[in-house]
Amino acid sequence: MLTYSIKRLASAIPTLFFLITVAFFLIRIAPGGPFDTERALPAEIEANLAAKYHLDEPLVFQYARYLWQIARFDFGPSFHYLDWSINDLIAQGAPVSFTLGAMALVIALLVGVPIGAWAALRQNRPTDYTVMSVAMVGISIPNFVMAPLLILLFAVTLGWLPAGGWAFEPSRMLLPVITLALPMIAYIARITRGSMIEVLHSSFIRTARAKGMPEKEVLMNHALRPALLPVISYLGPAAAGILTGSVVVERIFTIPGIGSYFVQGALNRDYTLVMGVVILYGVLIIAFNFLVDLLYAWLDPRIRYDEVDV
Amino acid sequence: MTNSNRDAFEQALDFRVVQGRSLYLDAWHRLLKNKAAVTGLVLLVAMVLLVTIGPALSHWDHEIPDWDNYSTPPSLETGHLFGTDALGRDLYVRTLIGGRISLLVGIVSTLVSLLIGITYGAIAGYFGGRTDNIMMRFVDGIYAMPFMFFVILLMVIFGRNIFLIFVAIGAVNWLDMARIVRGQTLSLKTKDFVEAARACGATEWQIIRRHIVPNLLGVVVVYVTLTIPQVILVESFLSFLGLGVQEPLTSWGALVNEGAQELETAPWSLLIPASFLAVTLFAFNFLGDGLRDALDPKDR
Repeated sequence: MLTYSIKRLASAIPTLFFLITVAFFLIRIAPGGPFDTERALPAEIEANLAAKYHLDEPLVFQYARYLWQIARFDFGPSFHYLDWSINDLIAQGAPVSFTLGAMALVIALLVGVPIGAWAALRQNRPTDYTVMSVAMVGISIPNFVMAPLLILLFAVTLGWLPAGGWAFEPSRMLLPVITLALPMIAYIARITRGSMIEVLHSSFIRTARAKGMPEKEVLMNHALRPALLPVISYLGPAAAGILTGSVVVERIFTIPGIGSYFVQGALNRDYTLVMGVVILYGVLIIAFNFLVDLLYAWLDPRIRYDEVDV
Repeated sequence: MTNSNRDAFEQALDFRVVQGRSLYLDAWHRLLKNKAAVTGLVLLVAMVLLVTIGPALSHWDHEIPDWDNYSTPPSLETGHLFGTDALGRDLYVRTLIGGRISLLVGIVSTLVSLLIGITYGAIAGYFGGRTDNIMMRFVDGIYAMPFMFFVILLMVIFGRNIFLIFVAIGAVNWLDMARIVRGQTLSLKTKDFVEAARACGATEWQIIRRHIVPNLLGVVVVYVTLTIPQVILVESFLSFLGLGVQEPLTSWGALVNEGAQELETAPWSLLIPASFLAVTLFAFNFLGDGLRDALDPKDR
């Protein structure tokens, strides 16, 4: 397992490098620059600004300089939010975005898995059909539609919850977390149902039942663990989904997280901000996928990574 | 030979002209038994008809405002079945025109990703070994990227034109297709009929084109039905952020975005395009699920 982990982490470096390179040159070839204003600045000022941020150097030099910078975990100054470094901006936005995402993920698991298992135990009965139809509706309503609908219902019509803004208190967190969690609950329920049905038809479950094991123990001790494997492998895409979802949710609920920075940063040509967010998200997705694979091996003893060539 | 014998003989002959049931005919019958899938199919046909001929049935235009009606709710008196938006444009026409764009983006981008994905996956799976290893490692590498952020970057950088949306989404979405096709190809190429074709002297390219790709059809059909709604979702997402289709054209995502801003004063301008979008995604997902069950009955 240790060898595997090291190999896996080593293979993340070229991926990350590729990501940084593509993003760097993509944003640089974009027309327009970070200091473009409605009124043209005097040439001297423009030259000074360019010199200060090293924008006058050849692109390859800037690229090398940037790589050296991030190797020391310094993401540089923001080009748009003056006097802010990207590190500061991320330090401020990240806790908000991560709280939001983590809560959504936990809620999705805690709600989705039992619902899916419950539907599986009533396969092809009315309960099953109802649950799965509702789940399909949940998948089909995108979060940027769900969010305004929830605001319309709970904030505008009923007036129970605030329509936006952020604070670490339940009333402000509830709507954004639910918006992010709903489609995931639906996906997880569908996946759990499918795998649970498959597991319940397998011979080791029949054996356990034949030996007279109480149904509750059969389900909890024998069926649930293998049935969870597909759910675990869904967590990787789910994390990526949360990250993109956060862009929309943070915008609709006016939440000061990282997702809301990204689109604005790209529009402002805030090179360092865009790069910072892309790198952070790239690292997160890679790290999350790695954790998922480890968790997978731990749950499924048939998988031993060390024996296969990675 | 007596008459009765002759009849029996002819009957026996008749058996041979009875049409055999192909895999796809079988699947079609199974699909028709699935109520949810049939509902999805009917909804989709209706939706396509509606967005194709619907706008022509109204005398309003998607660009020209009705100067007497700003933000009016749906009503028969004003002639605006779905009401008007803040600029006085008819929402019935705009929703259907938006649907045209959304569906078009969904289908065209899926075809782009299909083309790349099948070619890539079939080559990787067929040649196997080192080629396969390098090609799939590349896919894994891209897979680890926050791809939505790349699409956003692309849209910001290269301006917001509709062809770019096709290409950007299609070019990013082919990864899954490539993986699925590769897996299928790996198992197909060990089959006897491929061996037979090779023994007859078929070239590698002929084998891929004539024997491997046609056999991938079932998986591909299912995958396409499930990808189209995803792509529609991505396009709506971009349009919602203001990065997708630009005025005066519109799409469901752009309409939802406009509607969300007038949530409190004009809820219909959110609810109507949102329900069109949701119903379409719903129908595609149900049809895709039904197709999967129909084409691959062992998974039921």
